Amino acid sequence: MMLAWLMALPAIGGLLAWPAALWHRAAPRWISLAALTLDLLVLLHLWSGSSAPIDITGRGQWIAILQLPWIPQLGISFQLGLDGLSLLLVLLTLGLGIISVIISWTEITERTGFFHFNLLWTLSGTIGVFLALDLFLFFFTWEIMLVPMYFLIALWGHENRTYAAIKFFLFTQGSGLVMLLAILALAFVHQRETGTFTFSYFQLLGTKMQPATEMWIMLGFILAFVVKLPAVPFHTWLPDAHTQAPTAGSVILAGVLLKTGAYGLLRFVVPLFPLAASRFAPVAMLLGVIGIIYGALLAFGQNDIKRLVAYSSVSHLGFVLLGIFAWNTLALQGVVVQMLAHGISTGALFITAGALQERLHTRDMSRFGGLWANLPRLSAIGMFFAIASLGLPGLGNFIGEFLILLGTYQAHPAFAVAGTLGVITAAAYALIMVQKTFHGPPRAAAPAADLHAPHMAVMAVLIAAIIWLGLYPQPVFDVATSGLANLQAATPDGLLLADGRPP
Amino acid sequence: MLHAIWLVPAIPLLGAVILIIGCGRLPSLLVSIIGVGSVALSAIIASFISIGFITTPPPGNAFTIILWHWMAIGSFSPAIGFYLDPLSLIMMLVVTIIGFFILLYSSEFMAGDEGYSRFFAYMNLFVAAMLVLVLARDLLFLYAGWEGVGLCSYLLIGFWYQDPANGLAARKAFIVTRIGDTGLMIGLFLLFTHLGTLEIQPLMLRATQSWPAGSTMPTLAAVLILIGAIGKSAQIPLQTWLPDAMAGPTPVSALIHAATMVTAGVYLIARTHMLFALAPAVQMAVAVIGAATLLVAAFAALNQHDIKRILAYSTISQIGYMFLALGVGAWSAAIFHFMVHAFFKALLFLAAGAITMRLHHEHDIFRMGGLARRLPVAFWSFFIGAASLAALPLITAGFYSKEMILSATWAEGGRIPVLWAAGVITAFLTSLYIFRAVFIVFFGDLKTPVSGHYGPRITLPLIALSLLALIGGFVETPEGLGGITLFSKFLASVFGEAPVVSGSAANLRLLAASLVSLAGAGLAYALYMRSSPRFTAWAATPAVLGWRRFLFTGWGFDRLYNALAVRPFLAIVRVNRNDAVDYVYQIIALTCRMAHQFLHQSQTGRIRWYAGWLAAGSLVTIAISVLQ
Repeated sequence: MMLAWLMALPAIGGLLAWPAALWHRAAPRWISLAALTLDLLVLLHLWSGSSAPIDITGRGQWIAILQLPWIPQLGISFQLGLDGLSLLLVLLTLGLGIISVIISWTEITERTGFFHFNLLWTLSGTIGVFLALDLFLFFFTWEIMLVPMYFLIALWGHENRTYAAIKFFLFTQGSGLVMLLAILALAFVHQRETGTFTFSYFQLLGTKMQPATEMWIMLGFILAFVVKLPAVPFHTWLPDAHTQAPTAGSVILAGVLLKTGAYGLLRFVVPLFPLAASRFAPVAMLLGVIGIIYGALLAFGQNDIKRLVAYSSVSHLGFVLLGIFAWNTLALQGVVVQMLAHGISTGALFITAGALQERLHTRDMSRFGGLWANLPRLSAIGMFFAIASLGLPGLGNFIGEFLILLGTYQAHPAFAVAGTLGVITAAAYALIMVQKTFHGPPRAAAPAADLHAPHMAVMAVLIAAIIWLGLYPQPVFDVATSGLANLQAATPDGLLLADGRPP
Repeated sequence: MLHAIWLVPAIPLLGAVILIIGCGRLPSLLVSIIGVGSVALSAIIASFISIGFITTPPPGNAFTIILWHWMAIGSFSPAIGFYLDPLSLIMMLVVTIIGFFILLYSSEFMAGDEGYSRFFAYMNLFVAAMLVLVLARDLLFLYAGWEGVGLCSYLLIGFWYQDPANGLAARKAFIVTRIGDTGLMIGLFLLFTHLGTLEIQPLMLRATQSWPAGSTMPTLAAVLILIGAIGKSAQIPLQTWLPDAMAGPTPVSALIHAATMVTAGVYLIARTHMLFALAPAVQMAVAVIGAATLLVAAFAALNQHDIKRILAYSTISQIGYMFLALGVGAWSAAIFHFMVHAFFKALLFLAAGAITMRLHHEHDIFRMGGLARRLPVAFWSFFIGAASLAALPLITAGFYSKEMILSATWAEGGRIPVLWAAGVITAFLTSLYIFRAVFIVFFGDLKTPVSGHYGPRITLPLIALSLLALIGGFVETPEGLGGITLFSKFLASVFGEAPVVSGSAANLRLLAASLVSLAGAGLAYALYMRSSPRFTAWAATPAVLGWRRFLFTGWGFDRLYNALAVRPFLAIVRVNRNDAVDYVYQIIALTCRMAHQFLHQSQTGRIRWYAGWLAAGSLVTIAISVLQ
């Protein structure tokens, strides 16, 4: 039952926060903070309550599982499960959620109630995505996550917000519909095979299908996930959405929402369709490599600092796609760390960009420059995360990228070598950002105030987290192991042979 | 005592962290105490550890300590741990002691700079990263130090960040070396995938056990490691970043060129020498790259007029000697030259800094002159450094290390001693270019007014390094000159016994090489002290001028890379700035909108018009069904 609370608490908090704005403008902030903190406590309780994940026969190892009837006539149930993988992602969601509330404290002053309602409902939907073990419920939460985010961008975004919000909505909604068709198709195929109509993940695992059917249904799933991830060439909604969203929106989008795409690939695509996935793996890995390089090239060319960070996300998530389809323990552990590290470092970079915009009223880097002199703390922190994002050893992103590339090398050396080139391009865009923003002759005339205490506290937490991930990631591996074992139950190690052929 | 080895990198790291958290608000006295003191403490601990190591060697002449396991995923379990053997011990001593002198010097040199505490934070981080690099037990941890060194070089080259040119030089250094780093990274993937570990010693052992000499795998692995080494050590074709790295404060150059960074590649190859022994073709490539680099860089050095650029090209050239030594299997000669080079190159840079700080940061040697009397400390230290670099016989340390390399190169040379010849020619050129600088800078007329004075924190390091540059070579002398082999004996447990070269032919070559370096100095005297009008006229003829310009730009490598890589990259970025993929979606959106416009026009609201279309449509439908 705790699992349902995990999802429900932010939703309830959101419902309370909306009308609370009538009472006092700051009330929604406090309510949101309380709801998310409480949720975090629930999660930590769940985690500590079961030091060893329970082994459920035929279902793998789970920290907690919940099954309630929902629409039994259609084989739909309210089924949630928490394993190591979803635990880490929910932790990331709540952590960045709390941070989003804090950083919106001064930035969002209009319609605070509705803002926090949307923020919390997006988070609730995301947590649902990470927990759902019923494919219908999964689709349902996928949509819950989407709509409030649309409002966040459309109402509190920057100058071109309507365009960005509609683009975001169309891309995600369009691909989501294809996924719905694929879910239905899978359920029907399963019914024809076994006679039971169900959306339960565990029952659908191992459904026997014709190779062509399997491939088409899988492609339906993949489309939704690679749009969300995003992989080139489905990424173009992302720079617009990230750039136009308010800071909290960008943090949640980049830090958490993109991970739902990766999570979908991990949890559903490969375990449900192992054969089709192994046939598709070279294509996916190619898309990953293209994403790494293409995203980095575009990031280098941007003048808008948020666009630069957004394209750098495309590059980072290219590594994730590469690692998922390498599908061995090294690469998958790398994917987990990469998701966490990207959430932290990119979140911090968006907060930096937001802080710059708040002070200088522009995101155009050609009007920045030499900020180190006036804003030493903000500049040092911005540079720190730029360096994290170019993959310096000792910081979390390096662990993720290294493990992914090492695992990929074992699955398919050529893709690993091509992906490693992304390390050079990453240096190019990260350092040009530092140069244009913090270094160079001072341009911005008005000496603005440096980061204030709450922001500094947030940044300190993020810095500590990324250093911890970089120097001692073992606890993350240990937590993730059970989750990855659940996934690898379907397809043990490697979607490809060492020479790059599907086995 | 040996267990305290982790303190050696940890203390400078702690110093850096304190200074960074202090965020520039600490008083500058405290900053210099933390900045210099941490490296001093680290040097003291390193010295005690070394004494302990030498007096009571640990079993196997090596000591390993693991702080914690970085990761443990299946068989992949790299550790945060240190490995101390004679090789890493020498590196550690050089890094900490030379580093200490450079930092002590900086505390005065940088006094009054806005970023005083930032400077020491970066410098401490630099020393810590280099110590991690040389002491790491695992290749992955070594790689962490390797990248850390690259980062610190970026931060320090671009230290004066307000000038965009410095930022450009800093990014160039980082990105060019990172191109090499990717080679090393892929090498790590290959080694782990095929040998199942990244711990250096077992890795080397497994390589020799499972890979036959000359087979594909060790060759590939050695090539990848070599690519990494070339980048960090500024060898052809990745040498272009080093001359521009002068943008940083002078002590930074001293640190980069002497104690850290550029010697990382030499260390890496020496550390993995068993792998290179399995790949003779690659080892030959190391020697050839070294030989080519030392010649190319020496010619370039001969045509510079920025005193720091002369020294920068001379570093590239001298590292070429180390590569040459590595390539011919004279591992301990390479490390010997590394050590001696650290002495005299740190000395030269610090002396150059001592000159420029008194001349309002004038770097052009042609605007100096007559400084020998005005700046005796700087003159004598620069002169001693120059003599050691030029390998003036008997009295300088550089003579002994260069000799060791040349004699080993001869021994490995085969029938045609091309590599040896390159080494000897460069010895001549080295002497010529550095004494050219000495004569132009210190003699003749005074051209720029001198101001200021030196404190003890500048003179003390200069004196100490001068001593080292003179006597540091007596730990290893040729057979004909005493035959002391302290240094190579000490390293024998790492590299095996070095072959002894003796006989009258060896003595004759020794004499020849000594004469060559004296001849270089003599020619410099003839050309630049007593400026002969014929030489000046010859140097100004158009053909010669063209060559000099070409050599001045470092053989046009920058232009080549700009044309081949930088400009195409920028062009692609510029063309695709708005993301070509997005046009596809925009076209889809546009098509929808146009279709909407088209259909929108048909919605006129006139009933007669609708009825007409209805009738027409029905007619067509009926016609089709009838005609079928």
